[in-house]
Amino acid sequence: MFKKKECVAMLLAGGQGSRLYALTQKVAKPAVPFGGKYRIIDFPLSNCTNSGIDTVGVLTQYQPMLLNEYIGNGLPWDLDRTYGGVKILPPYQGTHSADWYKGTANAIYQNMQFIDRYDAEYVLILSGDHIYKMDYAKMLKFHKANNADCTIAVLDVPIEEASRFGILSVDDEQKIFKFSEKPKNPDSTKASMGIYIFTKSKLAEYLNADAADPESSNDFGKNIIPNMLKAGERMYAYEFEGYWKDVGTISSLWEANMDLLGENPIFSLADEKWRIYTRHQVLPPQYVGCDGKIENSIISEGCEIYGTVKNSVLFPGVKVMPGAVVRDSVVMSGTVIGEGTELSYALIDTDVTIGAKCRVGGEVGNSEDITVLGEGTVIADGEKIDAGVMIPELRKDKK
Amino acid sequence: MTAAGLIFSNIHDISIPEMTAERTMASIPFGGRYRLVDFTLSNMVNSGIDKVGIITHNNYRSLMDHIGNGKDWDLARRSGGIRILPPYVSSSDSPIGGKLYTNRLEAMLGAIDFINHCDEEVVVLSDCDDICNIDLNAVLDYHEAKGADVTFVTKKMNLEGGKAGQYAIINADAEGNVTEIVDSSPMTKGEFNVCTNIVVINTGFLVSTLHTSVSYGYKDFYTQALAAAMASSKFVAYDFDGYYAEIGSLPKYFAANMEILRADVRNELFNTKDRPVYTKVRNTAPTKYAEGAVVKNSVIADGCVIEGTVINSVLFRGVRVRKGTVVKNSVMMQDSCTGENVQLNCVITDKNVTIRDDVNLSGHETQPFYVAKGKMI
Repeated sequence: MFKKKECVAMLLAGGQGSRLYALTQKVAKPAVPFGGKYRIIDFPLSNCTNSGIDTVGVLTQYQPMLLNEYIGNGLPWDLDRTYGGVKILPPYQGTHSADWYKGTANAIYQNMQFIDRYDAEYVLILSGDHIYKMDYAKMLKFHKANNADCTIAVLDVPIEEASRFGILSVDDEQKIFKFSEKPKNPDSTKASMGIYIFTKSKLAEYLNADAADPESSNDFGKNIIPNMLKAGERMYAYEFEGYWKDVGTISSLWEANMDLLGENPIFSLADEKWRIYTRHQVLPPQYVGCDGKIENSIISEGCEIYGTVKNSVLFPGVKVMPGAVVRDSVVMSGTVIGEGTELSYALIDTDVTIGAKCRVGGEVGNSEDITVLGEGTVIADGEKIDAGVMIPELRKDKK
Repeated sequence: MTAAGLIFSNIHDISIPEMTAERTMASIPFGGRYRLVDFTLSNMVNSGIDKVGIITHNNYRSLMDHIGNGKDWDLARRSGGIRILPPYVSSSDSPIGGKLYTNRLEAMLGAIDFINHCDEEVVVLSDCDDICNIDLNAVLDYHEAKGADVTFVTKKMNLEGGKAGQYAIINADAEGNVTEIVDSSPMTKGEFNVCTNIVVINTGFLVSTLHTSVSYGYKDFYTQALAAAMASSKFVAYDFDGYYAEIGSLPKYFAANMEILRADVRNELFNTKDRPVYTKVRNTAPTKYAEGAVVKNSVIADGCVIEGTVINSVLFRGVRVRKGTVVKNSVMMQDSCTGENVQLNCVITDKNVTIRDDVNLSGHETQPFYVAKGKMI
């Protein structure tokens, strides 16, 4: 039943994604839709399968129903395997304790037996909140070549943004000598992408020590990495070049969707050599009506476009009725935009119904002006929803 | 009432020789993302049939590729599921005598093992040349209520001659009891109740009919084997009044594609509640429309990139229409692409066709211009 696996991936998918507010009311962040037909978790899962990593533990905690249902037996990602495959790992009741996952490190600590079952030598730690395409096999090769205890994937970021990330300082051989979490005055531009490879024996050692420390916040960035560095373990930075985006906020999620547009988009999903897999809905092709107008947009199966769509990303089964105009927006599955309605600069969740002759959203500009309508919202005919409004309003700092 | 399905994938290959040179009738692409067999299979699956055999004859590589293990139709099962029944040359002393089957009866004799292993009460026979979304449960209920041995699903069609024996015409009385089964002839013109080749037949009755046919040396299933048993059995006709397209020729294929541009046809075929049409998943990205794209009254599948103009057309997955190009009244199959400033009107491009810059192709709706698979023009 259990064959040895050189490397097992552990995907941290329990995060609430509280800064996505209305969009993560009913689903965990990794299950948030992205890019016309995907969900965020499709990216790490597809990267795993494309990198030849066929054993993935998905650690869930917050609102797991949809995520569990979505991942199912892992078939869409070719992860329905006799040996390995994708497995959901929820918090559980043990002999000595029963606990929620107290932090990223604690979640892995509680599931060491999953890793042990496959006798893995290396453990790849991933998170479910980034959009990127990456070959983990190359990173693993780098890890092995350096005989490292821990390898952290890093991205060069502009110096002015560096204080938002965990910043690493490295020597000529990419060996890490300093790590600072969100430094005020960063002395490097190498930002941690939250993707780690650990040699399993070392990981177990530090996770055990971390679990025994009542003062610890059981977090990789705050505890495990600094502790390993302090002890002088072999830690390396693996440089990643390419598109990588944290979609943890309303504005970054909107931007990442917009990054798919244009003649030569910053991020393309049409790469046949590195396909992104997803669980499909059974829907017919899209239909564009006689008066339909579509420019610079991405549109998915089952959509019916009778109005105008510009600079937007439409998910499966969206209906844009005659005379409606959708601009600079992301519209998720099953939403209906009524006749003559104008929608702009907005993120619209699944199964929203916007009536006829409504005016929703403002003009592109300040990211606070993005209008957000949560799952199942119904807007009556003729209503006006101002720029920056969120329904339901979940931002505590907003009046 | 429990039912198994039996699909004939090649029976009508001769109707569209252009497209069946390298594939079966069942695997002809249709409607942007489907193959003809998807409609037949979906009808069966949506009615709870979970054991289906597909009889093949030749050129069935593309069909096997499409079906895979059947998971996209929910037919990857431990017990039942989908079985491709490849042809085999039987020994020379068998009824078919050392050659591949040449008609429906021989095809079923070749699949007799599959039929014998059906524990289901009835077998639903179906071809792959018809496009419809039919509730087979209603047909099965009718079959049961009538206490029938055989139920023919018929459709009122306006025939315009055609080859001898192309259609089986089913005449029935007011109660639906079949009174006559006749072959069409080139002179058959006008409105008739035509057999859709969707037939519900009791499993035991089918097996005994096949055995009798061997003894009597029958060649035709409808007009000989079934007609001979009619007097001693209960045959009924079920009139199907929904949308039905029979793909009997290239112009008919073209016309059926154009018909899905109509909202009523699309809704009936694809948006009937609880009866979706399944097909193989291809994992292409959503379709991209560039700045300056113009699209009107068209059905477009995923994975396309549209920079030019598309009017009254059906585009399959992965089609590319470049700048300055106008695609009108046309069908472009998977991964076809045009160069710049191309004009297409009433054209069918098969899979992987490339149309170079500045090429102008035009057919007529009664005789569309067909570009074969993989060709470059």
